[in-house]
Amino acid sequence: MSAMTTSERRNTATPPTGPSRKRNSLAKGKLPKWAVPAVAGGSIILGAAGSTLTGFNVATFAIYSAVIFLVAASVATTVVEGKRRGKNATWTYLIYASFILALIPLASVLYTVLEKGLPGMNMHFLFSSMNGITGAVDNQTVENGTPVLGGAYHALMGTLLITLWATVISVPVGMLTAIYLVEYGKNGPLARAITFFVDVMTGIPSIVAGLFAAAFFGLLLGPNSRMGIVAAVALSVLMIPTVVRSTEEMLKIVPNELREASYALGVRRWRTILKVVIPTAISGIASGVTLAIARVIGETAPILVTAGIASNINLNVFANWMSTLPTFIYYQIMTPTSPTNVDPSIQRAWAAALLLILMVMALNLAARLIAKLFAPKKGR
Amino acid sequence: MAKRIDVNDLNVYYSKFRAVEGVSINIEPKSVTAFIGPSGCGKSTFLRTLNRMHEVIPGGRVEGEVLLDGDNLYGPGVDPVTVRSQIGMVFQRPNPFPTMSIKDNVLAGVKLNGKKISKSDADALVEKSLRGANLWNEVKDRLDKPGSGLSGGQQQRLCIARTIAVKPDVILMDEPCSALDPISTLAIEDLINELKNDYTVVIVTHNMQQAARVSDRTAFFNIAGTGKPGKLIEFNDTATIFSNPEQKATEDYVSGRFG
Repeated sequence: MSAMTTSERRNTATPPTGPSRKRNSLAKGKLPKWAVPAVAGGSIILGAAGSTLTGFNVATFAIYSAVIFLVAASVATTVVEGKRRGKNATWTYLIYASFILALIPLASVLYTVLEKGLPGMNMHFLFSSMNGITGAVDNQTVENGTPVLGGAYHALMGTLLITLWATVISVPVGMLTAIYLVEYGKNGPLARAITFFVDVMTGIPSIVAGLFAAAFFGLLLGPNSRMGIVAAVALSVLMIPTVVRSTEEMLKIVPNELREASYALGVRRWRTILKVVIPTAISGIASGVTLAIARVIGETAPILVTAGIASNINLNVFANWMSTLPTFIYYQIMTPTSPTNVDPSIQRAWAAALLLILMVMALNLAARLIAKLFAPKKGR
Repeated sequence: MAKRIDVNDLNVYYSKFRAVEGVSINIEPKSVTAFIGPSGCGKSTFLRTLNRMHEVIPGGRVEGEVLLDGDNLYGPGVDPVTVRSQIGMVFQRPNPFPTMSIKDNVLAGVKLNGKKISKSDADALVEKSLRGANLWNEVKDRLDKPGSGLSGGQQQRLCIARTIAVKPDVILMDEPCSALDPISTLAIEDLINELKNDYTVVIVTHNMQQAARVSDRTAFFNIAGTGKPGKLIEFNDTATIFSNPEQKATEDYVSGRFG
């Protein structure tokens, strides 16, 4: 049936005119257009049948259909169009399959977080803290069926403040390191050593960075000195190598001709770097920094050992414990506010997870926007 | 404006490799001097030593002296930045700053150095420089558009405008037309003819017709073989170099019997 409709459509699209009605001899030996969709349809039917034999479920149905389609479409292409096109078809479908496979977890995470997080997402959740929300409050909520009280405002502010401070520390350090490596170091012994240690730093597990910051401030200020800035230092240990790497790559692709043009105008080196090299690379640097922020914003372990956990709003990173969204989620799940009625805690945790994902998404979008805004403009 | 350059026994090195050996040459003010020679003979390298751009390359160093109206560029305590602001350079590939508008590109030498300039002075300098580079009529309505939006020939003239905006004494040009079409090349050559009224111009070119068309004096560089240093073979009036050269190598090269 599909064969009929396709050929009819083709005829109406290109009306037959004399000799061109004949099939092009250069295009012979090709599968007709309807063949692949037809094979796909057949595979789905066979896949459903196969899956039903062993008790129908979506996973086996999808796998069976995909495998049948892959084999059938490849064989059909090989038989009709030849070996080379057959190989081409096999790899094309394999690549599509991998793409879909890679997309499944992402779609699944997004769906789950939206499904479970949306009910808890409201103004009260965004703008109130957990201060005064005890197990008794949660028990009452469940008994009366009233909306869940308590929110993540303190954790939201904690995340923003700690990440902001981490950025404030790492961006200057990272950018200046990269400038040294590209503009001054020129592969000398010091530059090679720095590159090596930056590579080592990239591999530091985040909990080790947290312990480092905690121990460092423990030595300076005495034991148990937990506060936001300690967490910011821990995060900046994780951020600096990323910032160095991305800035370095961006500075490297600035053409040397621009530096020479600037020198030839009698401009000093530091001014050349500041006014020519960095502005040319700024879009890449800015988006690299934004992505580095997105990487550390979800860190949990280093925050726990450096900033502790808090249920009240603390906007001062230089004193007292602080919560961030990841530690908030962790505590809501692991030690629910009310051990007997865990549902309110779980709802808060999912809402916070949704909030965190939205923040990371916003950061990634911001990175793209920044790259576009700062990119050197082409225009006539 | 327009100073003379005298080079005495100059050797140019890339780390240990000697790229140019024993060059002595006198470049007259308000004239166009062309450097010709096969690829790799060190003419571009030598040109870059005339405004201390050679040492920007890692390992690049120089022995000998280059006198700008009697002052040695390589004397102790000489700031290369001062040298470069008096001896401007135009490169092989047009390289306007991509982040800047046409106007800012012309003003780059002033603005990048952090000098304050009033708006009326800036506008006057932009117009004067662009007129000097024969570009004003083509871009006067779009001075705030990016310089990278211009055609290759226009970009190269923009680079020349940028160079003359810092009011140098000497302008060095490293194959300024090799990336351009014949029409743009003609525009640049006309411009070089006008520039020599105010500046000392030194131009490296692979195009012998170009050397013959634009230059007053021509220097022929050659290289004995790969790995050997380049040398100045002959330096004379352009007419003499092309019609009646003293050296056999020069005659072979300009008549196309080279190699």
